[in-house]
Amino acid sequence: MQLPIYLDYSATTPCDPRVAEKMAECLTLEGNFGNPASRSHTFGWKADEEIDKARQYVADLVNANPKEIVWTSGATESDNLAIKGAAHFYKTRGNHLITCKTEHKAVLDSMRQLEREGFEVTYLDPEANGLIDIEKIKAAIRPETTLISIMHVNNEIGVIQDIAAIGELARANKIIFHVDAAQSAGKVDIDLSTLKVDLMSFSAHKIYGPKGIGALYVRRKPRIRIEAQMHGGGHERGMRSGTLATHQIVGMGEAFRIAKAEMHEDNARIVKLRDRLYDGVKDMEEVYLNGDLEQRVSGNMNISFNFVEGESLIMALKDLAVSSGSACTSSSLEPSYVLRAIGRNDELAHSSIRFTFGRYSTMEEVEFVISVMHEKVKKLRDLSPLWDMFKAGIDLDSVQWAAH
Amino acid sequence: MAYSDKVIDHYENPRNVGVLDAEDKNVGTGMVGAPACGDVMRLQIKVNDDGVIEDAKFKTYGCGSAIASSSLLTEWVKGKTLDEAQQIKNTELAEELALPPVKVHCSVLAEDAIKAAVEDIKSKQG
Ligand SMILES: Cc1ncc(COP(=O)(O)O)c(C=O)c1O
Repeated sequence: MQLPIYLDYSATTPCDPRVAEKMAECLTLEGNFGNPASRSHTFGWKADEEIDKARQYVADLVNANPKEIVWTSGATESDNLAIKGAAHFYKTRGNHLITCKTEHKAVLDSMRQLEREGFEVTYLDPEANGLIDIEKIKAAIRPETTLISIMHVNNEIGVIQDIAAIGELARANKIIFHVDAAQSAGKVDIDLSTLKVDLMSFSAHKIYGPKGIGALYVRRKPRIRIEAQMHGGGHERGMRSGTLATHQIVGMGEAFRIAKAEMHEDNARIVKLRDRLYDGVKDMEEVYLNGDLEQRVSGNMNISFNFVEGESLIMALKDLAVSSGSACTSSSLEPSYVLRAIGRNDELAHSSIRFTFGRYSTMEEVEFVISVMHEKVKKLRDLSPLWDMFKAGIDLDSVQWAAH
Repeated sequence: MAYSDKVIDHYENPRNVGVLDAEDKNVGTGMVGAPACGDVMRLQIKVNDDGVIEDAKFKTYGCGSAIASSSLLTEWVKGKTLDEAQQIKNTELAEELALPPVKVHCSVLAEDAIKAAVEDIKSKQG
């Protein structure tokens, strides 16, 4: 077993060696380096062929038509293109948009930008388990609502939203439905031939593809229109200009092809690792699972260890590459807005650790993690005046803290 | 976040962790910070009949720099009089631990903690 152990697969994944190999074939003079838009010679045609294959692989994973796949630089760009693109295109129909407070910043900040331009946005509160009550979406719909954007799997707490039901609601009200699927593609089954999803964002680097490449699904039947955000040579049917990055696209295609072939097997193995971790720590005192346990992606476990502070915990866990909801580990100095939105207080948000597992995680690693968590949490609690107070039966909420 | 060797040393081997009897009139307790802000320090000092600090204990909920600041503080105050202890400046702690600017507030908290502990003893002893 090698230390440190990588447990941050939701942040990014290593490329699968099969992906890296395919990518390397598209770079040098001997390789497939041509511009796929070159129509006048074989270098271009060969590159274009590989792009077509990759487009097919991406479409296959989610049961879409390859003509519905638009290449982008990643899920951030896909979210921007979908949300701003649809809001602008349909602005004569209405100026109201609906999303949720636990969305990725790529969605929330695109919404904020649209607010500055005069759009109105409703930010829904999720329930305490992280899931969205569909009745709340229903209640938020107005005659001028043009777009609903709800993520499939949350990047911090791993909960899976019911996009099938939200899609039905959106379609019945003639509202465009965008889904950020950066964390779900290749982990949760997605069938766009039955789902009423109009726009869907993908990223390659969350499922063993390279960073810097993603895609946006844009439905053709019924046809969804978006306004381009990037203007230029008219690539991707005018929706996203820019020379296609053959090596990146081929890498994403290979990653999606492998995901389709192996995701069920991977999931069955990964969910055992996750459940073993949870079983191994859930009997410790004052630990809280963040997000629903059932409606949850296979590789995510997010737990708060009350009365220890997140950054010191991360420091104690130097052999584990995990992420924390603690303010100290973010650049904003705010504790995780996702955990705050599901009603966790500051202390619990500060003391949260996200463990995310993937293709190369092992049971041996999980057993190590469990023993480290017991040892380090105990050490920090022995150092914690809050733990003493808790043990003495003092209600910390009743204490007058000398804030600074 | 890269920590200095001194912060790591105090974090991994904190000095003087523990609790003194808060009811003892020779013991002063200073508790500062708030859980919502991510750090709470409890510093306790015990003086002998000559008014010299003979023991100091702490517990801290907070980041590595907060733990190190309070651990170092307990080392420094031992053998000092109350007036001397009150003169300890956060900048001295920050310098000794090579705290980066975003962590200077941890040393401020430690300075607040020793001041509060000294006040507590003085008010007890009248
Ligand atoms: C839910 C979600 N959306 C969007 C993104 C951004 O993806 P990318 O890094 O491909 O821009 C991420 C990853 O950070 C994510 O987890």
